[in-house]
Amino acid sequence: MAPQHQLAFEKPIYEIEERLDALKESTVDHEDESIREELRSLRRQRIDLTREIYGKLEPWETVEVARHPDRPRTSDYLKLAFEEFVELHGDRAYGDDRALRVGFAKIGGNKVLVAGLEKGRTLDERTACNFGCAHPEGYRKALAKMKLAAKYGLPVVTLIDTPGAYPGVGAEERGQASIIAECIYEMSRLRTPVVCVVIGEGGSGGALAVGVGDKIAILQYAYYSVISPEGCAGILWKSHAFKQQAAKALRFTSSDLKSFGVVDDVIEEPLGGAHRDHHQAANLVKQYLARSIREIGSRPIDDVLSDRYEKFRRIGVFVEDGQMIAGGEARQA
Amino acid sequence: MASTNTDSRAWLSSPAAVKKGVPEGLWKLCEGCNQTIFWKEAAKRQNVCPECDHHWYVSAPDRIAQILDEGTFEEWFDDLEPADPLGFADKRSYADRVKAEQRRTGMRDAAIVGSGMIRARRVAFAVTDSAFIMGSMGSVVGEKLARTVERAMELNLPLIIVSGSGGGARMHEGILSLMQMAKVSAALARYDEAGGLFISVLTNPTMGGVAASFASLGDLVFAEPRALIGFAGPRVIKAAIRIELPPGFQTSEFFLEHGFVDRIVHRRDLKTEIARAIDYCGK
Ligand SMILES: [Zn+2]
Repeated sequence: MAPQHQLAFEKPIYEIEERLDALKESTVDHEDESIREELRSLRRQRIDLTREIYGKLEPWETVEVARHPDRPRTSDYLKLAFEEFVELHGDRAYGDDRALRVGFAKIGGNKVLVAGLEKGRTLDERTACNFGCAHPEGYRKALAKMKLAAKYGLPVVTLIDTPGAYPGVGAEERGQASIIAECIYEMSRLRTPVVCVVIGEGGSGGALAVGVGDKIAILQYAYYSVISPEGCAGILWKSHAFKQQAAKALRFTSSDLKSFGVVDDVIEEPLGGAHRDHHQAANLVKQYLARSIREIGSRPIDDVLSDRYEKFRRIGVFVEDGQMIAGGEARQA
Repeated sequence: MASTNTDSRAWLSSPAAVKKGVPEGLWKLCEGCNQTIFWKEAAKRQNVCPECDHHWYVSAPDRIAQILDEGTFEEWFDDLEPADPLGFADKRSYADRVKAEQRRTGMRDAAIVGSGMIRARRVAFAVTDSAFIMGSMGSVVGEKLARTVERAMELNLPLIIVSGSGGGARMHEGILSLMQMAKVSAALARYDEAGGLFISVLTNPTMGGVAASFASLGDLVFAEPRALIGFAGPRVIKAAIRIELPPGFQTSEFFLEHGFVDRIVHRRDLKTEIARAIDYCGK
């Protein structure tokens, strides 16, 4: 069955799927060897074509995959990758922001504190969580619970999927800039292992606010950027129509981010993207998280913290004394 | 805003002697009162409008001259320049843009850092200049600030950062710019644990990734009057929520009222106020 939401570049895949469906329906005799051979061949074609199309996605197409309405959300991972989720709602100051889901959770037998940015799927859900744009109260809640986790030695897992922190009057009144700064600052010294995974959109400061940790991973077709391609095109090209060019210029795909040392690991997605197989995507994320938590948890926390500091301290590329410095070479020397 | 025809590096040898940010004409239209002001009158008041007290733009070198005791500034890490890690180009290449900004402003990037005295108290001092690609933070600004924080910690100095950054994180360096927010904030967290005193001074404008990182992390947060401060730009907010923004939205006064700024300080009092805060904190 073809999904409701089809991306333009996936059209050839849907065409094959339609032919497969049609053949299955029209054929009475599934024992007929020639028909079975044709079905096998179509399935092979579908796999080859999907591999080919997904093997050469343009950066803008990656953004479309990252924003796919059927892509697994934080709430899907909470159900599929975690064995238990005990939600904690209180920011102790203003209100419960549905764009950030926070609570105790178990993953691969590990007790953790999870904070995940949530976009919702149905229109009601999406409206309730402002399409994944968190307000200061969401970040305040996440920070309070991360500190609680550190107090009791629980590792922290964050799931990142947001177009950006909410831009609005109330968000400014309640200190959006200030709370994002505080989250970044406190996460850099949180005395417990922290693993962050960008599962969809890593939208600028709103993503980084829950994105400082010992290991930063990104799903293969997710992206993480200083500004949305539309925002960048609007400012530098003076028109949103240049979003494809902006997407290319910003170098924000998972492989670019890995080459810049901004992410430690890229988590491979199921063939044709996480939206085609939530269970497999969740399983891959689960394995990564369980392994990372064990690894980091086995090391002395002071070493973990000093590595966390150095990891971010090294990021940047500049010229010093006429020499190009990338990834903290000068610091090593 | 910044003058266009001066020797680009002249100020480095003698910061106090520079007159940057002064328009070439004798008169300037004040954004605060819409009156035409004789600029020498404003210049005598540290670029504050004599009619309405509107705080005009101040270049980084002038800021150093205004706040630090004369002749005490020693610049640090002045040899850092932007690279072009993304090979970024919009209608124009980032590499060209950087060169043009360097020529226009006489700065290598948007921040100047170093140490100096404030009424005989030694401090580490950094300032971002909104004239250089909107004062935005890329790898150079991030690295200079992180090193300044680390050196302030080593030398046990109070740290003053004056922000004038409308551009937030610099998009031409992509994700690397976003990560500078984490880099500088992490350095400040260590400095905090070592007992360092950080006074953040917000000037017009302080937005986006700069507001959402070091500028908001001061033990004390001062702001010049009527500066534009905020996370999202007013145009972005207007486009997102399609309502008229309330008068005075995202000003220093707005953030004081909502509890995010400790004191609004007139430019003429900034030096005295910083010195007094340092004394209260026993540094
Ligand atoms: Zn005026």
